[in-house]
Amino acid sequence: MSYLEYRVKTVPSGLRKVLYLNWALVLLVTAVACVGFLMLYSVAGGSFQPWAEPQMKRFLAGMVVMFTVAMVPIWFWRNVAGVAFAISILLLVAVDFFGDVGMGAQRWIDLGVIRLQPSEMTKITLVMILAAYYDWLPANRVSHPLFVAIPLVLILLPSALVLKQPDLGTALLLVFGGAAVMFAAGVHWLYFAVVIAMGAGLVIAVFVTRGTPWQLLQDYQYRRIDIFLDPASDPLGAGYHITQSKIALGSGGWAGQGFMQGTQSQLNFLPEKHTDFIFTTLAEEFGFIGGMSLLLLYGLILAFCIASALQNRDRFSSLLTLGIAMTFFLFFALNMSMVMGMAPVVGVPLPLVSYGGSAMMVLLGAFGLIQSAHVHRPRGR
Amino acid sequence: MRQPPRDADGAARKVTRRGLLLGGAQVAVMSALGLRMRYLQVEQADQFRLLADENRINIRLIPPARGLIFDRNGHPLAQNEQNYRIVVVREDAGDIDEALAGLARLVPLSGETIERARKELLRRSPFVPVTVADRLSWEEVAEVAVNAPALPGITPEVGLSRFYPLGQDFAHVVGYVGPVSDYDLERIENPDPLLQIPRFQIGKTGVEAKMEQQLRGQAGSKRIEVNAMGRVIREIDRIPGRPGANVQLTVDQGLQNFMQARLGKDSAAAVVMDLTDGDLLGIASAPSFDPNKFVRGISVADYRALTANEFRPLSNKTVQGAYPPGSTFKVVTALAALEQGLVAPEETIYCPGYTEVGGRRFHCWRRGGHGHVTLNESLEQSCDVYYYEIAQRVGIEKISEMARKLGLGTAYDVPLSAVVDGLTPTRQWKRANRGSDWMVGDTLNAAIGQGFVLASPLQMAVMTARVASGRSIMPRLIKSIDGVEQPSGAGTALDIGPTNLTFVRQGMYAVSNSRRGTAYRTRVVDDALQLAGKTGTSQVRNISAAERAAGVVDNEDLPWNRRDHALFICFAPFDAPRIAVSVVVEHGGGGSAVAAPIARDIALRALTGEVPPLRAYPENQRRAVETLFDGLQLRETAPPAPGLSRA
Repeated sequence: MSYLEYRVKTVPSGLRKVLYLNWALVLLVTAVACVGFLMLYSVAGGSFQPWAEPQMKRFLAGMVVMFTVAMVPIWFWRNVAGVAFAISILLLVAVDFFGDVGMGAQRWIDLGVIRLQPSEMTKITLVMILAAYYDWLPANRVSHPLFVAIPLVLILLPSALVLKQPDLGTALLLVFGGAAVMFAAGVHWLYFAVVIAMGAGLVIAVFVTRGTPWQLLQDYQYRRIDIFLDPASDPLGAGYHITQSKIALGSGGWAGQGFMQGTQSQLNFLPEKHTDFIFTTLAEEFGFIGGMSLLLLYGLILAFCIASALQNRDRFSSLLTLGIAMTFFLFFALNMSMVMGMAPVVGVPLPLVSYGGSAMMVLLGAFGLIQSAHVHRPRGR
Repeated sequence: MRQPPRDADGAARKVTRRGLLLGGAQVAVMSALGLRMRYLQVEQADQFRLLADENRINIRLIPPARGLIFDRNGHPLAQNEQNYRIVVVREDAGDIDEALAGLARLVPLSGETIERARKELLRRSPFVPVTVADRLSWEEVAEVAVNAPALPGITPEVGLSRFYPLGQDFAHVVGYVGPVSDYDLERIENPDPLLQIPRFQIGKTGVEAKMEQQLRGQAGSKRIEVNAMGRVIREIDRIPGRPGANVQLTVDQGLQNFMQARLGKDSAAAVVMDLTDGDLLGIASAPSFDPNKFVRGISVADYRALTANEFRPLSNKTVQGAYPPGSTFKVVTALAALEQGLVAPEETIYCPGYTEVGGRRFHCWRRGGHGHVTLNESLEQSCDVYYYEIAQRVGIEKISEMARKLGLGTAYDVPLSAVVDGLTPTRQWKRANRGSDWMVGDTLNAAIGQGFVLASPLQMAVMTARVASGRSIMPRLIKSIDGVEQPSGAGTALDIGPTNLTFVRQGMYAVSNSRRGTAYRTRVVDDALQLAGKTGTSQVRNISAAERAAGVVDNEDLPWNRRDHALFICFAPFDAPRIAVSVVVEHGGGGSAVAAPIARDIALRALTGEVPPLRAYPENQRRAVETLFDGLQLRETAPPAPGLSRA
């Protein structure tokens, strides 16, 4: 059965689509967002202002976006992937070169309620273009060096632009997200093995050459690494955030200090408590149980996404779903490792929980794509 | 876009496999996150919770109420006064210039004060209250309180500050407090954390300084929760402090007031000692100053006026001043000779008006000499030649030994600032300090309390007390601390023959009561109050040969600071001594003319407990004395003892 046939025959149409949404995923996403509202209410000292209420409004707007995107057939999204990616790159370039001149680039994508950052958008459009690329590429050519080079360029171009901003966190998300799509598409594992080996070699070289005349990094960069490895060595300087964050987490204990009772966050010892470090507040106030519950919710979201991807026989849909799931995973994994002192402080928000319109909107849009893929998946046979 | 050919099954299986692999990797990472969370939150929870508490809990000290100081009858000498002040919190005030201007319309604020407040407000964190106006009257505070709604961020507060109700009467004894200075902190080995409180006041001089440990009390503390900026969120608990101990002095405020008034504007000092316990009933130094000015922060002009005054108002002359005791020291020389048996009371020594030793002529104060003189007459008329003679028999070592026995040459452990030890010279001392050998002439000078001998008014009072009582009386200034009576200074019997002491006492009686006595003019006619004294006039300059040739210059014609010191010591009543008195008037002239009248008035005041009765004075002096007393600015009644007033 050809693609066109089953599309016309079995894909639901009109408002019936709503019944075919992946409702479990919608509920899970809403649950995580509610955790976010609760925490934002708490860090504001028991007040909906200044964070919880705007966040709720954005979430509602985001849900509208999600449903809208989900209603649009997935093939439309595949067809516009190239254009969307090109726009993202253009916006990134604009931000890089004109961004600081009167915020010109960002006003372009001011949606009224919120302003979209091009780098946020790029996370999704990159996954889209890669999925579309591998959908187009015959499976037997996937590991051909030339056809490996093309996605590499697609990944590295926006990564370099984002890195220039500088936004190391987003750059990492782009690289790993893109690599995940390539991996899922079946690129030969040797490529990955070589890259990982080279990365490891580079890390070893960085440390081995330290103190020698041909050391690879500047002294201050080494010091940053030192502080990451041992935040206690500079507790009031660069290590302050991470030390305070660990104190907050640790003092949460099993069951936490109780809602709105987290001394570290309520008393402002925590930096960025409503954005990047919001997980710390959660862990302090609800303890290990609270932290694990959120991790479980995230895990369930991933599980539903991956299940949906693996059920889907449309190559674009399943690669897109896997890529978005991977990006989502990288979001919270990086954020949590950061606040728990397992990764350097790179500035990645906790998805759906941290305060911030751009990330919320993009993520909900991305879940819209997953829903669209789910609704419009090939059926029958 | 064209549709690619679908190589469905192979590719789909690969996607499934790779998808599961990615999922597995995600599960692995999430497990790592979970384990890390477990490690931080479960295994290390206690440690981190401790760190969190250290972060948030701050300990603040609550300053204790300073102990009060009372006189021997319970009248307050130093108390804590409620102090109304205005504090401003920048973040509540909004525009601070406007707030200060609004405040200045209600309370008198100088431009300087406003400027200082403005600077401090800008320097400190916005939530720190800054004191803008201090020591306001109740009316002013009330005005601010009424207008509070129009003055955001401005609040009246009540604190405690030191107040000395008797003002300058006790400036030298009680001293004063002031804010801790860096210099103070440096001197203290292990500073009480209290001292770090800004504007915390500690004793600077006198009893306030010396009894600081007892008066200060112990700080209470409160544990407060603070946020990362140091802002106070709430109080967790508080441990009350212990207020400072109340100190009762041996001084009688009425007597002290009389003494201070009687010394008047002279540069003078007077000490009254009780012979029972060695209690210092009065210890006055003039001129004085108002200690309250120091507590409030004395102005530069006022302070300069005090330091520039050649009468040294800031110095407590009763213990800080070391003067040649002059003829009062003859008591010591006489006792030394009697004790050594080198002179008999009835032995007469011929005074031709001078004596010659080693080719140098030592004059008696009376040009024509005293003729044949016994011990009693030598004291009565203060014959110098008699003492030149017996001093040569006794030698300086025995004289100085007797002086120390009578309480000279030692710094007493009284809680006053800069207590001097005076000087009782010996041969060894001169060699060590002056680099030359002791000369006979030095002994002669020492015999009449000149030369190297130095004593403070307190020491002279102790000496008189010991001669009068025959006991090793020690001065006592602290009567009780928090109601606990302090050790008495009564002492034990002196190692001096009682008959010899009697001879000297009789000589002193003659000074004040026999017709030829140097202090006969200042006798007391009431038999129950009779004094026994000794005059002293000590030179502060050498009379040069040229001056002597030209005839001794009259004291009055000399510049003030080269005139003689006038001294007088006495005990009373003669029959059953109760008090000893010493008076020194710096550069006052003759002891009999200047110091003795003051000492008589003070002694009578101390004995009667009221303004001396005129009947005690010789009839021809009564009118003058009455005029003098009428002119004294005495405090009418002492302020009531209010008990322990603590706000």
